[in-house]
Amino acid sequence: MLTYFRNLGLGLITVLNSMGVAWRHLFTPSVTLQYPTMKWTMPERSRSRLFNKIEDCIGCGQCARVCPTNCITVQTEKRAKDEPEVFAADGTVKKLRTIVFDIDMTLCCYCALCTFPCPTHCLGMTGEYEYSVYDKNDHLYHFAKDKPMAANAREEHVTEKA
Amino acid sequence: MEVDYSGDVMTLNMGPQHPSTHGVLRLELKTDGEIVADAIPHIGYLHRCFEKHVENVDYAGVVPYTDRMDYCAAMNMELGYVLAVEKLLGIQVNNRVRCIRIIMAELDRIASHLIAAGTYGNDIGSFTPFLWCFRDRETILDLFEETCGARLLYNYNWIGGLMFDVKPGFEKKVIEFVDYFEPQVENLNTILSDNYIFIKRTASVGILSPEVAISYGVTGPNLRGSGVKFDVRKDEPYLGYQDIDFEIAVGTGEHGPLGSCWDRYMVRIREVKESCKIIRQAVAQMTPGDVRESVPKRIKPPAGEVYMRTECPRGELGYYIVSDGGPKPYRLKVKSPCFTVMSAFREVSRGSMIADIVAILGSFDIVLGEIDR
Amino acid sequence: MESIARLLQLIPKYNALPGIVRALLPMLVSCILVFALLALAVLFLVWMERKVSAHIQDRLGPMYVGGWHGWAQTLADALKLLLKEDIVPESIDTLLYKMAPFIVFLGAFAAFVVVPFGAASFVTDLNIGILYIVAVGSLSVIGIIMAGWASNNKYSLYGGMRAAAQIISYEIPSAIAIMTVIIPVGSLSMVDIVNAQKGGIQHWFLFRNPFIFLAFVIYFIASLAEVNRTPFDIPEAESELVAGYHTEYSGMRFAFFFLAEYANMLLVASVATTLFLGGWTQAIPASIAPQLIPGPILFFLKVLVLVFIQMWLRWSLPRLRVDQLMYLSWKVLLPISLVLVLGVGWLTVYW
Repeated sequence: MLTYFRNLGLGLITVLNSMGVAWRHLFTPSVTLQYPTMKWTMPERSRSRLFNKIEDCIGCGQCARVCPTNCITVQTEKRAKDEPEVFAADGTVKKLRTIVFDIDMTLCCYCALCTFPCPTHCLGMTGEYEYSVYDKNDHLYHFAKDKPMAANAREEHVTEKA
Repeated sequence: MEVDYSGDVMTLNMGPQHPSTHGVLRLELKTDGEIVADAIPHIGYLHRCFEKHVENVDYAGVVPYTDRMDYCAAMNMELGYVLAVEKLLGIQVNNRVRCIRIIMAELDRIASHLIAAGTYGNDIGSFTPFLWCFRDRETILDLFEETCGARLLYNYNWIGGLMFDVKPGFEKKVIEFVDYFEPQVENLNTILSDNYIFIKRTASVGILSPEVAISYGVTGPNLRGSGVKFDVRKDEPYLGYQDIDFEIAVGTGEHGPLGSCWDRYMVRIREVKESCKIIRQAVAQMTPGDVRESVPKRIKPPAGEVYMRTECPRGELGYYIVSDGGPKPYRLKVKSPCFTVMSAFREVSRGSMIADIVAILGSFDIVLGEIDR
Repeated sequence: MESIARLLQLIPKYNALPGIVRALLPMLVSCILVFALLALAVLFLVWMERKVSAHIQDRLGPMYVGGWHGWAQTLADALKLLLKEDIVPESIDTLLYKMAPFIVFLGAFAAFVVVPFGAASFVTDLNIGILYIVAVGSLSVIGIIMAGWASNNKYSLYGGMRAAAQIISYEIPSAIAIMTVIIPVGSLSMVDIVNAQKGGIQHWFLFRNPFIFLAFVIYFIASLAEVNRTPFDIPEAESELVAGYHTEYSGMRFAFFFLAEYANMLLVASVATTLFLGGWTQAIPASIAPQLIPGPILFFLKVLVLVFIQMWLRWSLPRLRVDQLMYLSWKVLLPISLVLVLGVGWLTVYW
């Protein structure tokens, strides 16, 4: 009999306590960010879309080797000896022409392992997260700008990585 | 002619898509009226061939894959793997790496237990604590994002070190968070843990006795909820946990039989408080240094095998790595704590009511990514 | 209704209409007016629930639709539900399936004809007012059983039976709590009950009598179970195994169940206001100040406070299990309400 009333009292008191906490929360400010009219500024180390500054890329293929999901495809060919020398931003001479540099963002797992071995720091993860597309193939980014050399000169120069 | 008067046993399917199973789990319930005669879990809906996959990736590239097993506590998953490989290689990390790893692991433990508490309240019907837990978790995720750039799947613990050093001012922010958070746990207790209705719904169901728990190999908060004081951080300390002073939270059976759902849930809440203590001590013990000084250029462990146990928020996580001397693991096997708990689920849920199945499942705090790998 | 009748007299050639029309037209017009006001109130309540729940949970709620804090969100949702495809499963009991939402809806809305919003603002003053409300309010149980049965789905049937059992078992303590108010008044008419509380806050039944104060608490809890609100929302909870009686309904049919729930909330809050909080009478004693705020506005404000408390309870408490629900009704609320009736009777006779 006594437990009956004790449980009743306990029930009432704890229910009123819960209600009290909820009441106090009515007056705490909301933490909602009204996206898309308001947006967070992404922190500088934010890992979202990959970007490669192809002018600095020396075609070493380290990024493709390290990627755990094989989403980077690099195809290079040796620069012909009579072409003028091209340099990356930090002075490294570019010995290879990068004819294919494809990143498939649908495969990318955003681990940023590719950004660390890059010798010229041309591959980086930006903070851009609003890049949805209607066609899945638009997520295959083609960064390479160099065209392959003429067919007869190609065979001895092509190296493919990953 | 024999007639079976035991009543017809109806098979009910709590299918892979269900609001209350924490992931894609199929429960086949054989019910006799309201009482559950048997509850058979069917798993495998989230199997992604993790253990086979990593045989084709080099050791450093396995870390993002380990993140994705238990996505709610990714730091701890990475930590277990990284410590296993470091044991194989014989690398000792410096104090700064050790302290940052402890801080990250404990922050992740808090985040994971907040998810557990919030979703458990959601299953029981109290929708508000869910939002409060996630609001507090946001600060933790912001700290992680500032340090390594990602909020859920970090790839932060590297073999031999860390991906980035923490930013200046990180320690201050962590202490600020811990100071803000400890009173918030009281709020959570008032609205959920001490609520009479919640206690009535959870404190008399899902009794897991210590003997059954030990025989099934249950570890973590599920075991400690039954009163057994066992924690890998105290039993086989790693990362210098022996230099940090904290208590093991156990269930005390104060509102019902020992080993009830309420006890397991309460162990998690108490563990969160212990994690706050650990974080404060780790911040105090931090020294300056280079976080990538022990990261090897090429990771080629000598041929051999290693088994490393760590305490992840869901129990004892074990990594068994067999190396053949090459750059990729020959065999990687993960001992998942949630998998062992699911085997104990069948025995615990026998004899309970259908409405309690949801409560028992929520109290075990499973993540299907870890069970299925 | 009399004021509507007088207004209609102003229409030219009104007296030329046949007698039967002149008798029915004021009733029809006042019913439609009450229904329209109710529909608006229900739309407002849905928005209020979303805002209250959002602020308790530290977030914002509707902000976008309609501009200022998303006030048109409910209209947008109702429009969406109207435009939805009417999916009717194949193997159902068609007549029962289609009638069920309307019966539940009827049970909620028909009881409003006797609720007095003001001194002369009510559709009719039945001399069995409160009994009529209790009777009509339980019509919704039939609708729920029909919905559960006609869906031809064992989980819906199971859920419908549970919901019906819940509502029926909580009607008893609620009716007994109502009895505690009727004893001092001596009449079942709603208008008489309000008139017995005229004169200020000390005449309100809530404060006149400690037993009636407890009866208010009992009535409030029992009425929460009548309208299937948390902590008693087992029939509606999607996360429990049994799916519930309104799973096979979609689109506007589902909207009827939904609107009926909010109308039921308004109904029990209105009944509680009329019985315990003095209806449309004001709190300040008449000797100090006359009634400045019109009756209906004051009534609606009191109803809003009670509805707010119902919403507050929903977002603070977890759900009770079915057997705990039954235990609460039969072993806690019923004995206490019986004791309270005895207490009120004794106090009324000897005081």
